[in-house]
Amino acid sequence: MSIGNLSIDDLMDAGLAGNRRALGRLLTMIENGGAPANDIANRSHRAQRGAPVIGITGAPGAGKSTLTGQLLRRLPALGLRPAVIAVDPSSPLTGGAILGDRVRMDDVAGDNGFIRSVATRGHAGGLALSVPGCARLFDAAGFDPVLIETVGVGQVEVDVAGAADTTVVVVNPGWGDAVQANKAGLLEVADVFVINKADRAGANDTRRDLDLMLDLSHVSGLHGEYRPPIVMTTATDGEGIDALWDAVEAHRNYLNHSGELNRRRKKRFRFEVASRMNDQLAEIVATLTDSTIADDDRSPAEVSRELLERMLNPAHERLR
Amino acid sequence: MPADGLNERPIRVVLAKLGLDGHDRGIKIVARILRDAGMEVIYLGLRQTTASIVAAAEEEDADAIGLSMHNAGHLALAPKMLAAMHDADLDIPLIIGGIVPDVDIPVLTDAGVAAILGPGAPAEEVVAAVRNAVSR
Repeated sequence: MSIGNLSIDDLMDAGLAGNRRALGRLLTMIENGGAPANDIANRSHRAQRGAPVIGITGAPGAGKSTLTGQLLRRLPALGLRPAVIAVDPSSPLTGGAILGDRVRMDDVAGDNGFIRSVATRGHAGGLALSVPGCARLFDAAGFDPVLIETVGVGQVEVDVAGAADTTVVVVNPGWGDAVQANKAGLLEVADVFVINKADRAGANDTRRDLDLMLDLSHVSGLHGEYRPPIVMTTATDGEGIDALWDAVEAHRNYLNHSGELNRRRKKRFRFEVASRMNDQLAEIVATLTDSTIADDDRSPAEVSRELLERMLNPAHERLR
Repeated sequence: MPADGLNERPIRVVLAKLGLDGHDRGIKIVARILRDAGMEVIYLGLRQTTASIVAAAEEEDADAIGLSMHNAGHLALAPKMLAAMHDADLDIPLIIGGIVPDVDIPVLTDAGVAAILGPGAPAEEVVAAVRNAVSR
């Protein structure tokens, strides 16, 4: 099927029926933003099926793609049809990107799943909108689960991975000591820990450090209701992948029974509404400030106050 | 909304090596060249099949496919790649880089390969070949 001239209507029909090219094009439109992206977002929202969304994050080289690739290989045997959103950074200088996650998942694309590589495009807010949009389209098209893989180095990446039902944080032996474990913010979003490359020296030390951190946490400690499990894996040979999936499923059960799933999804909904409003407000603010002339008498605080009042109260403007 | 220009979609190129051909130094350099020209390169790596490359190009909504060939298999493999793209109605350009003897170049271009880049092709030529192929 040639998709060049198809309308969003036709693309949605074909995409939701499983046409790969149509889905690929819709994902591009979501990434590019604007009115078509909103249109697709509205339609996918109404066609949602509630597939689990799983974030996988960790430092560069931790083994996220290899782990994801291993999950992709196993999930179809469980009757699942997974989709992956693999986020890699764009160059801040040229805007270009090398999206290399598929190298570690190369025998999985096609009928059993769907992999989409997404570049950050140097625009934090855009990623926060486009990734949930892509996830929702995958859900509407019947993919289950939706895996989101991001490098957990910046706040946005943590936000994106954290906007999942279940967040898997991947670390390696020798990544740091107990002090690191306590200060790294990434660890606070983890629902499941993976110590990948567990065949290397120091894996048990890392496990002990993570356990200690969890003991001391008021959320996950002795009196908490959910304690993130620590799974040891060697992704390159598939060691521990079943245990990882069991841990993800166990978290899923906890989410369902505790009502936490509902709470998380509501929170995510509000986060997305806020992101969209911030985006639109930023545009209005940029327009207003562009036309503002520097004034020696009034301070920036005074000028911004006046502009805000004008923005929030246009009726007041009309009366004058 | 992002600032001007950020909302323009970068060219997306799928780069791969097809079949048994382990020479991937050139394709990795090409990936860097295209990235530095502001493109998004989806790098598939070694030992791909025509089916896996078509699937990746569809899923990634790629604007072009670039294959690196250093195993003298281009006369057999390039037409197979074109046929697989044709069967999938994937109407995007196929560009080949690597060792292609001069006498084979017209054979490949007649078959539908959009551009052929030989050893030592400067970065500007690589970037221009992709841009031209995509805009055609």
